[in-house]
Amino acid sequence: MMSSTSPSIDLIGSVRSESEVLFGDLRLAVKANQWTCLLGSSGIGKSTILRLIAGLPTHVKLDGRIKSNDHLPISNRVSYMAQNDLLIPWATISDNVSLGNKLRGEKFSTEKKLKIIEKVGLMDHKKKYPFQLSGGQRQRAALARTLMENTPIVLLDEPFGSLDSNTREEMIDLTFESLKGKTVLFVTHDPHEAARLCESIYILGRQKTTSYNCLKPPFPKTYSDKLVFDLQYSLLEKIKSKRS
Amino acid sequence: MKAVIYIVCTFLSIFIFWELAVRLANPPPYILPTPHSVLVAFKENSMLIYEHSIVTIVEILIGLTIGIILGMITALTLEVSVTARLILRPLLIFSQSIPVFAIAPLLTLWLGYGILSKVVMAILIIYFPVTSAFHDGLSQTPKQYLDLAKTMRGTNRRNLLYLKIPHSIPSLCSGIKLASVYAPIGAVIGEWVGSSQGLGYLMILANGRVKTDLMFASLFTLGILSITLFGLISYLLQISLSKYLKA
Repeated sequence: MMSSTSPSIDLIGSVRSESEVLFGDLRLAVKANQWTCLLGSSGIGKSTILRLIAGLPTHVKLDGRIKSNDHLPISNRVSYMAQNDLLIPWATISDNVSLGNKLRGEKFSTEKKLKIIEKVGLMDHKKKYPFQLSGGQRQRAALARTLMENTPIVLLDEPFGSLDSNTREEMIDLTFESLKGKTVLFVTHDPHEAARLCESIYILGRQKTTSYNCLKPPFPKTYSDKLVFDLQYSLLEKIKSKRS
Repeated sequence: MKAVIYIVCTFLSIFIFWELAVRLANPPPYILPTPHSVLVAFKENSMLIYEHSIVTIVEILIGLTIGIILGMITALTLEVSVTARLILRPLLIFSQSIPVFAIAPLLTLWLGYGILSKVVMAILIIYFPVTSAFHDGLSQTPKQYLDLAKTMRGTNRRNLLYLKIPHSIPSLCSGIKLASVYAPIGAVIGEWVGSSQGLGYLMILANGRVKTDLMFASLFTLGILSITLFGLISYLLQISLSKYLKA
């Protein structure tokens, strides 16, 4: 399924819950075919924005609009990857990868599925259950499930958050490489990741959302790139100043 | 293996203590027979006990099967329909406030002395635990899975089939195990109130004729039956549903 071109998404408005204003003036332009990052301190409501875009129930109300440049609905061409791999414990890795197809009751190509499993390096583990895999392998399986969905928009909610640093490096490269050509909205609290991967970065604040100048393509930057460290530093300063 | 040895030792010591206590205190045999005389009564009446056991087993198995199926259907209905939840839940809870034992005479009055009133009794006693356990499992499916299913545009029916039901299997199994313990109670209470067959009937009969040894023999038979049933059902659930249980 899915159209091959990825749309860009604009989110404009204010977000409030019953008791408080989460974001007074939110202006996000998520551009097509690249990674856009939402940075902000924990608990500020980064995930809530993803939920709004994915059309999932939230405890907040958006006064404003979420629109794609092709004017087609958004929530039905989104896939979602979180810090928790959300693998179904009673299904094999292979069955987890094609969960979406099963829930929609649609036929799928086994060949395509195997290719994806091969790509994320889980060929030897496809008949295993999630509890038999390491954290990194499980996250690979979640990536395979996302790739199987093949939606033009991908929402990433700190997908590398729970991985150790080696696994994280591998996972970042693999994810970036395999999500090429998609509109990716990436939520993280790690400015280093943001600097390495994203062409647009937004720092979320209660009153205002600040768009930030990023590095020039190509992406991803290497871990030890000096420019990445410079940007990381200034992003950190910015986040700090927002908090105070 | 160690556990088995412990159980055997525990029971052996209880029986030895019992035997010694009765021999020393020497109460009339119709008050408390020795384990030895219970064993003799069991041997002498083995055919009788066997025949009545079969009746009770049949009642238990039919009651268990129907009760579990009804409980599962109710839980699924509660899960998919808000209206059903509004109507059925208060009824279910109200029904639990009446001791099932209290309506046993009514069941005998309406359904007669045969097997039917006992089966219904067993159904009534296990229906609620099964419904409640299964529905708890269904409604406690982690929201994150359901959110994921929503982004995948899964249909309600398929979400139920592939997420909620598999997730609730451990709860359902607890419900079924509980039911396998309760079902014999239901059947025997039914038999006490009015019947001409079954272990419960045999107990009342033996009691009335002051054959306390036979009563104990029937009682132990019932106990062994119940434990075997529980063990067998636990084992069957474990091997057939292991992938849902170990996760």
